[in-house]
Amino acid sequence: MTTPSAAKTTYREAMRAALREALQRDERVFLMGEDVGRYGGCFAVSLGLLDEFGPERIRDTPLSESAFVGAGIGAALGGMRPVVEIMTVNFSLLALDQILNNAATLQHMSGGQINVPLVIRMTTGAGRQLAAQHSHSLEGWYAHIPGLRILAPATLEDARGMLWTALEDPDPVLIFEHGSLYNLAGVLAEDAGAVDIDSAAIRRPGQDVTLIAYGGTLGKAMAAAEELSGDGIEAEVIDLRTLRPLDDATILTSVTASHRAVIVDEGWRSGSLAAEVSARIMEQAFYDLDAPVERVCSAEVPMPYPRHLEDAALPQVPRIVAAARRTVG
Amino acid sequence: MLLIRQFEEKCVELYSASEIRGFVHLYIGEEAVAVGVNQALGPDDAIVSTYREHGHALARGIPVESVMAEMYGKATGCSHGRGGSMHLFDVARRFYGGNAIVGGGLPLAIGLALADRMRGQSRVTACFFGDGAVAEGEFHECMNLAALWSLPVLFCCENNLYAMGTALARAQAQTDLAVRAATYGMPSWPVDGMDVVAIEQAACRAAEAVRSGAGPHFLELRTYRFRAHSMYDPELYRDKAEVQEWKRRDPIEALAGRMRAAGEIDDEELAAIGSDLAGQITRAVEAAAAAPLEPVEDLTRFVYSPRSS
Repeated sequence: MTTPSAAKTTYREAMRAALREALQRDERVFLMGEDVGRYGGCFAVSLGLLDEFGPERIRDTPLSESAFVGAGIGAALGGMRPVVEIMTVNFSLLALDQILNNAATLQHMSGGQINVPLVIRMTTGAGRQLAAQHSHSLEGWYAHIPGLRILAPATLEDARGMLWTALEDPDPVLIFEHGSLYNLAGVLAEDAGAVDIDSAAIRRPGQDVTLIAYGGTLGKAMAAAEELSGDGIEAEVIDLRTLRPLDDATILTSVTASHRAVIVDEGWRSGSLAAEVSARIMEQAFYDLDAPVERVCSAEVPMPYPRHLEDAALPQVPRIVAAARRTVG
Repeated sequence: MLLIRQFEEKCVELYSASEIRGFVHLYIGEEAVAVGVNQALGPDDAIVSTYREHGHALARGIPVESVMAEMYGKATGCSHGRGGSMHLFDVARRFYGGNAIVGGGLPLAIGLALADRMRGQSRVTACFFGDGAVAEGEFHECMNLAALWSLPVLFCCENNLYAMGTALARAQAQTDLAVRAATYGMPSWPVDGMDVVAIEQAACRAAEAVRSGAGPHFLELRTYRFRAHSMYDPELYRDKAEVQEWKRRDPIEALAGRMRAAGEIDDEELAAIGSDLAGQITRAVEAAAAAPLEPVEDLTRFVYSPRSS
């Protein structure tokens, strides 16, 4: 339903609007990364911003992930509010040293003398037949690291609103944008703005089973919930939104009411974020469970190129539905 | 220089007595570099350092008591005891830490310099690193980026000829590091790293150029570590004769000799300085030993910034 105060947009446009607003509101903000300027961004998120803000603030970098991520950390220490874009999570591994050993660690090593108000955005996830070096979901690794805040916007509202809140955070925030979401279209209130980056959200209420998803798997969990509803099973769908720190309260409130949980996570199953969520449910709600916690994760294989194998490797709606059915017996 | 030398000699004693632990990388022999470069820096300039940074910290003016307490892991240490020998920080003095990932400080330095440039501040960031860092990909990335963006960084390469136990010639096809740096399009020159006056002159000249907007400059400071890589190693990788040869060029002895010859100092005055410094260090040790530890209840402090909510 379109109202006069709402407009059609896409996830990509919502991200761009968030960047534009941040650049307008705070002169300390600048965007830096590979092809963010003249090319317009690998996924066209920053298209047009170079003309609007100039090359000092929409700063193309060489293919030097470690140097420009570390320079973002240094610039944050120097009083700026950098937004660093890394093309994909796989490339971020070239900057992992800077992210872990500096961004996440400097505050502690310095005894609290410094903090790193840096935002790093990157694309994550599969589904576009980009094979094994452009398709992984490694946000769970980053969510392992104390000192970082990890976000996974899955909706237009969060694509529009998380960036500003992240920029106001005194500590490093990593935003993982699932590559399949950029063309997500819908209606967004024209006054949409900053959103919280602390809590999970209930995207669909239900009482029979809790489906816990984030980022690129939220849509699949919602589709599974619709299908289950046709069978009389009402699933509650939680969008984690913030992967570190996890919002235990929202998860546990839902699971203690539904007594069943299915976690949907595009990361590899072993050592996944889903494993962490499952452990927390077991630790804090074991006696409220009527069935073992189920996990729907990616198969333990580097992402294959052909469509049928990629589909088979990823969490899909039928697997989520089947897992949910198992929990309700 | 004498303060750094005596501080570290005391650290050896304290380490042997198990008063301080962890890795302790001694700077003995290289003191002229920290002191000479610091002469070129003002209080608004920044320093990014390595894990062999006691000398840089003391030359920057971080109080001996504060550094010694950090060696002890005490709450009164310059990093609240959380960092230890390898992670000395003093942001009020714009000392952005000992970084214990070889090459890991270089991106921070160019970022600090980028912030200064974007904010229109005429400041210099001095970035110390060793010859070992030249082998890291980050070195190449940062030299290029600093030159490409004409950032106000003074790169100070402390070439002590060994990356831990690997001689420069075993690690680099081009062992002339000033030549190597020049290929990135920045002014670069070698300096006698045992001569504090030469270092001061070179650093002042370079820092002035950096400050005036001439982009990054690179100093290859040719120096030598007299002691083991960390507290103890059998030093199988270098000849004793080589160490002895370099010790004859001790930077402190060299300066003292020059000043004596010029009539600027005599043995009595030198002894008085040494004795005064020894007293300072003794008092710092006593204070550190008596200082409180961080409470265990504060274990997870300094992971995230305090929140108002």
